[in-house]
Amino acid sequence: MEKYYGWGLPADISTHGAAIDRLIYVLHGFMAVLFVGWLIFLVITLVRFRARPGHQAVYQSNHFKAPTYLEVGVGLFEAFLLVGFSFPIFHQYRNVPPPRDQAMEVRIVAEQFAWNIHYPGDDGIFGKTDIHLISPANPVGLDRSDPAAKDDITTVNQLHTPVHKPVIAHLSSKDVIHSFFLPVMRVKQDMIPGQTVDTWFEAKKMGNFEIACAQLCGLGHYRMRGFFIVETEDKFKEWINQMR
Amino acid sequence: MTGEHNLPFWRKYIFSIDHKVIGIQYAITGLLFLLFGFFLMMMMRWQLAYPGQPLPWIGHLFSEKAMLGGVMLPEFYNQLGAMHGTIMVFLGVVPLAVGGFGNYFVPLQIGAPDMAFPKLNMVSYWVYFIGGVIMIVSFFVPQGAAQSGWTSYAPLAVIAPTGQTLWLLGMVCLITSSLLGSINFITTIVQLRADGLSFFRLPFFVWAQFVTSFLLLLAFPPLEAAGVLQLMDRLAGTSFFMPSGLVVSGKVVEVSGGGNPVLWQHLFWFLAHPEVYVLILPAMGIVCEIIACNTRKPIYGYKGMVYSVIFIGFMSFIVWAHHMFLTGMGTKMSAFFQITTMIISIPSVVILTALVLSLWGGSIRFTVPMLFATAFLPMFGIGGLTGLPLGLTASDIHLHDTYYVIGHFHYVVAPGTLLALFAGIYHWFPKVTGRKMSDFLGKIHFWLSFLLMNGVFMPMFIQGLAGVSRRLWDPMQYAHAQPTQPLNVFISICAWLLGLAQIPFILNFFWSLIWGKKTDQNPWQATTLEWSAPSPPPHGNFEHVPVVYRGPYEYSIPGQRNDFWPQAMKEGN
Repeated sequence: MEKYYGWGLPADISTHGAAIDRLIYVLHGFMAVLFVGWLIFLVITLVRFRARPGHQAVYQSNHFKAPTYLEVGVGLFEAFLLVGFSFPIFHQYRNVPPPRDQAMEVRIVAEQFAWNIHYPGDDGIFGKTDIHLISPANPVGLDRSDPAAKDDITTVNQLHTPVHKPVIAHLSSKDVIHSFFLPVMRVKQDMIPGQTVDTWFEAKKMGNFEIACAQLCGLGHYRMRGFFIVETEDKFKEWINQMR
Repeated sequence: MTGEHNLPFWRKYIFSIDHKVIGIQYAITGLLFLLFGFFLMMMMRWQLAYPGQPLPWIGHLFSEKAMLGGVMLPEFYNQLGAMHGTIMVFLGVVPLAVGGFGNYFVPLQIGAPDMAFPKLNMVSYWVYFIGGVIMIVSFFVPQGAAQSGWTSYAPLAVIAPTGQTLWLLGMVCLITSSLLGSINFITTIVQLRADGLSFFRLPFFVWAQFVTSFLLLLAFPPLEAAGVLQLMDRLAGTSFFMPSGLVVSGKVVEVSGGGNPVLWQHLFWFLAHPEVYVLILPAMGIVCEIIACNTRKPIYGYKGMVYSVIFIGFMSFIVWAHHMFLTGMGTKMSAFFQITTMIISIPSVVILTALVLSLWGGSIRFTVPMLFATAFLPMFGIGGLTGLPLGLTASDIHLHDTYYVIGHFHYVVAPGTLLALFAGIYHWFPKVTGRKMSDFLGKIHFWLSFLLMNGVFMPMFIQGLAGVSRRLWDPMQYAHAQPTQPLNVFISICAWLLGLAQIPFILNFFWSLIWGKKTDQNPWQATTLEWSAPSPPPHGNFEHVPVVYRGPYEYSIPGQRNDFWPQAMKEGN
């Protein structure tokens, strides 16, 4: 079995995650260079200017010009990080959903402490829901009298998606704030009760992965674990039919 | 003034209006709360290292509702987490850094006999004290203390048990106390400076406290208002932060609805980001004083540092939403907050660079306070640098709400601010008590604390990169968190040893109070005004009204007999 998790970043099976990972690596390289260079300067200074007999401090307070250039350099590099990495990546992540006709849509409704997954079925239309219909057997409160709801499927903690297929997830919460986190997908999005936020992703590898809650949501926060299963289109259809 | 000497004990030491007594009260209370908050964390570290195993000895001292058979329950873990954060920030570091050091040394460094409003000062301490008592009492109400994180996000906090109500009441007291204090500091610094002490002759520590006071004054009222609103949501049935259509545990929640949970986050972080600078600026001030004194030379770029600290003050009000990048905010909004976040890093780099360059050309005495102050520089450096991946939305997607965040802000406030506060204690102990702390114990305390703090916080970056979420009672539940579990054991052991490493400090503190080596009024041969007053300073501080003739850091002037030229000394030396 392939190892997904270790001491560094988790495996990345998303189509968009490489850019995020690259930024994380660039940043840490930059941080390491800056910090180590700076630390060497600090240590040299501490040794060279230690108090000892015959050594005198120099009365001066502005003996360097280099820092100004360093400041400007750091500032420019930060601007480069913003314009070159963060803005375009986040723009893609937040503003450019895949075309609806090519994507699979799914609603994910979080609650203390589970993920309710709502598939629209073959018609591609989500059935109406009503909070007063919510019961243990009907966790999203689906209105079965609605024609669009007839072929809808709901599952708990089981998010299956076909590989190489863009997924648009409509995220919401029933009770408190949760955060939908797919470590291997570089997807994290708060789920705020009272609003629906969309996120999207496309898996390029199959496997059995995890959904984690990233926002403290109560005493069961630690066990709000879901399963995220990426499989072939056929297997996915098979599973959907089984769930009906 | 003379009548003050005949005050009864309780007026002189308990309900005192002397800024020095109040400063000591703040500092002692703050230190005790720091220790208490640290105990809470040391208990949590057991659960994180050995999930679900009974906590030896201590576990059985708690009720079944907190520790069932010695095993920490998730709800108790969440209480410890929320209260650790609250106590460390609002009852520990701020009272020690601002209430303690600020109260004691700002009047002394500006040559004032006391704060501008001594009685207000006393009220400010006692309101803080009441806030602290409320926070502690909250552990004993049914279902325990606040357990929704120190951030108390709605709706979780609104539907939480009674402890949250007490948390909000406690916060209202703490914020009120800070407001009273900040007005007092601003007035004191503007009005009571000694003759000749212009703004650009102020020690950097005073500047740092001055800017901090403005942050407290302007940033805290929104949270006070928000706290009252959340209190109303909990007690009066309002819905400021409660949207319509909530279903909790399968039941529809009967609230009027129409509120917005994100509003709470905005109000909270509008306070809590400037709060970060409230935690760090006084620490920078302390470090600057100690570096100037122990390098025996002027500070590099003093004016640049002053402008930077003012600029940080302004900028800190427009970066708050970088804590909320993943709430679903639009890209234009997040672009704005990313830009301001990058901009605010520049003055912080300026200050840090200036402090490092100040060492160049000095004659560095590695006294105990200087060791702590020097260690602050790289530690704050790590804290600042690791803020970068969190301040850019793209990398924040993966790192948000993971242990990376915990590592980042702890590097700023624990190895950062706390080391600086220890530096301040060792540096000014002779002024407050007339005695010096032991160098031997101080060095043991320094090296152990310095190494162990890195042992605690450095591995958290690895956990964060691996995607381990914060606030998990049992990290073993997640496959992606299991590989870094050995690090949790390592961190916990470091944390417990760090607890033991504070024993030399505690011993040193009390031992030196009684048996420490007696010192004169200026044992470090420093220049700023507090060293021109007797040690300890009497009521009213100075024997003669001081007059200031020069800037704060006139060390090693060529051709002079002494290598320091005190601000209050008229003639050359």
